[in-house]
Amino acid sequence: MSKTDVSRRGLLKTSAVAGAGLAVPTIFTAQSAAAFTNNPTGGTVTLGFNVPQTGPYADEGADELRAYQLAVEHLNGEGDGGMLNTFSSKALEGSGIMGKKVEYVTGDTQTKSDAARASAKSMIEKDGAIMITGGSSSGVAVAVQGLCQEAGVIFMAGLTHSNDTTGKDKKANGFRHFFNAYMSGAALAPVLKNLYGDDRKAYHLTADYTWGWTQEESIKAATEALGWETVNTVKTPLAATDFSSYIAPVLNSGADVLVLNHYGGNMVNSLTNAVQFGLREKEVNGKNFEIVVPLYSRLMAKGAGENVKGIHGSTNWHWSLQDEGSKAFVRSFGTKYGFPPSQAAHTCYVQTLLYADAVQRAGSFNPCAVAEALEDFEFDGMGNGKTLYRGEDHQCFKDVLVVRGKENPTSEFDLLEVVEVTPRAQVEYPADHPMFAGGQLGSCNPGA
Amino acid sequence: MDAFLLQILNGLDKGSAYALIALGLTLIFGTLGVVNFAHGALFMIGAFCAVTLQKIFSLSFETVDPEKTDFLGNPLKVKTPYVESWFGPEFGGAIIDWSVPLAILFAIPIMVAVGFIMERGLIKHFYKRPHADQILVTFGLAIVLQEVIKYFYGANPIPTPAPDTLNGVANLGAVIGMDLIYPVWRIVYFCFACLIIGAVFAFLQFTTFGMVVRAGMADRETVGLLGINIDRRFTIMFGIAAAVAGLAGVMYTPINSPNYHMGMDFLVLSFVVVVVGGMGSLPGAVLAGFVLGVLESFASMEWAISLIPGINQIIIYLVAIIILLVRPRGLMGRKGVMED
Repeated sequence: MSKTDVSRRGLLKTSAVAGAGLAVPTIFTAQSAAAFTNNPTGGTVTLGFNVPQTGPYADEGADELRAYQLAVEHLNGEGDGGMLNTFSSKALEGSGIMGKKVEYVTGDTQTKSDAARASAKSMIEKDGAIMITGGSSSGVAVAVQGLCQEAGVIFMAGLTHSNDTTGKDKKANGFRHFFNAYMSGAALAPVLKNLYGDDRKAYHLTADYTWGWTQEESIKAATEALGWETVNTVKTPLAATDFSSYIAPVLNSGADVLVLNHYGGNMVNSLTNAVQFGLREKEVNGKNFEIVVPLYSRLMAKGAGENVKGIHGSTNWHWSLQDEGSKAFVRSFGTKYGFPPSQAAHTCYVQTLLYADAVQRAGSFNPCAVAEALEDFEFDGMGNGKTLYRGEDHQCFKDVLVVRGKENPTSEFDLLEVVEVTPRAQVEYPADHPMFAGGQLGSCNPGA
Repeated sequence: MDAFLLQILNGLDKGSAYALIALGLTLIFGTLGVVNFAHGALFMIGAFCAVTLQKIFSLSFETVDPEKTDFLGNPLKVKTPYVESWFGPEFGGAIIDWSVPLAILFAIPIMVAVGFIMERGLIKHFYKRPHADQILVTFGLAIVLQEVIKYFYGANPIPTPAPDTLNGVANLGAVIGMDLIYPVWRIVYFCFACLIIGAVFAFLQFTTFGMVVRAGMADRETVGLLGINIDRRFTIMFGIAAAVAGLAGVMYTPINSPNYHMGMDFLVLSFVVVVVGGMGSLPGAVLAGFVLGVLESFASMEWAISLIPGINQIIIYLVAIIILLVRPRGLMGRKGVMED
């Protein structure tokens, strides 16, 4: 039998130590609730716009920057308000974000992952940016998203279409409004079936990097589900400029559809080469030969000129849409700059408003509070119909547009026409879909 | 068999561009002893001569069409090119349509002038400096030139189509009972390249000027001692080399829409072509251009990629490594060059 002696002094000592021990976590918790990376303390808040200002996507980057500047104007109560007037959430009042005037700094991604990370890091550490947004490439988006997760700031992705951005590389601090390769496949497949039937042989040329691979996988799965046969898939170097040696084998492959999983300069050149080789006039297996460009962009279509006529693809948004949100945005942008916005400009503008709105609703700039406000947030009035920011993977779900190169354009901007608005339900998928497997969202990082 | 022949045609076509750029690079290296890393930029400037002429021909005046509206709902401004209003829609339209071939005439004086300015203004100050200095300054110049072009023309590719009549495809195999379809403009490009290469060789071989230049390439000092101003002739050769690269660029525009970066894409490959052909050897540059073009095309074929994955991306450099190891002077280089 043991005997325990408890003295008054001993009890007091133990109680004091235990009390202090219990109090410590509370103190730390209370502090961490207020402390996060770049907490804006003055009358302004700084956003970081990380766009390609040099390199092959510089024109797309310039359009993104125009959209960001317009968004900042509208947030600060200048201009006509644009989509703030049509946005279903009415938390924003045109008085900045939580009463703080919005300012911005810009970085140049150069469409290179290391340069994009360096410019984002500089904006976070030197300029005190509370949120990073922008970009025109999935490689860059994945790299910057990782950096923002480590630094404890929110990343609102710009133009990035790879499944991986909200798939295996998803991060709790990262959010994507733009659609993805899976959605392109799901939206295009039924239209392709209606146009070209279910007995087709497809040949894929694919840009050899993350976006190209997921694009090919998605379109291949969607078209094979229709009954199409995939004759061949060929990876092409990202640096390729002349695609003639990749197009020539298509002529004798027995394929009657060529799918160009290319973007930017690759898309312009491969499509131009394919048309030069007479593929569009060719007849194979008793059918007209067809070309499909799964991801279209007006700026790229301009580069390919006449060659885009009649070619089908998908886009996230197009300026000719007639909903109130799109009309308001096109009016603001067109009046300020003299030409209609690109889909890259649209997604960047919307991302900025969505971030500001989430802060306003959360009542805090803390990234974890903002993330919580964005997760499973449903909204409308931003040009894509009713949209959901799914909490499980931080991917927006909305209608997707199937477009076609216009036969008789009335202006230099009138290059694409909307063939079908594919409803959101048709492009939805479970968060654990095999094409998006392999990564964990993890938990939100507030930084500091 | 059809696929095989098609890849030979593709290779000859790619090789045409490599050969033309490499020919200019070799002319400059052979005469002035300068490794000109700005030569790709000259190819790009040539292409933008075609873009500029197309833009000049397409200069338009605006009229308002009250029945149509623009994207903001305002009355649509319709653009009519001046040439169409001056010469009628048919002839004016034809001028715009043929702007790429017409740009050959436009590009020659511009490219010669650019060549003169480059040589007299910058490169001549580096003749006695080490090759590393020459490479650095010409590479820097190339970056400056491409940024200037980007500033004025943007970063996106600009479509510059061939004339309608030369835009289709021709069945080259019809004569031998095969189905060998090939784009007409690419055949035109190959023929044009052969013509230019022939003209440069004829100029060097059959004119007094060419003879002096060849003598200067062999022994500059002796030719100078004979009282011939060899420097002036070499400056002219720089201008000719610039014009050759420029014309290669002009005619290339319908094949791929030109952008500010196209010079860099070709420069490294063309430099490898020069090394494989033999530094300073003009026939070597042409031969290596065509050989590497054909090899690159074959390496893009499925059987080649399945045999050695990634061969399409490395073939040219692989050949360069093998040549440098086995025959450092290149295919047709003079004995002793690059071998000491």
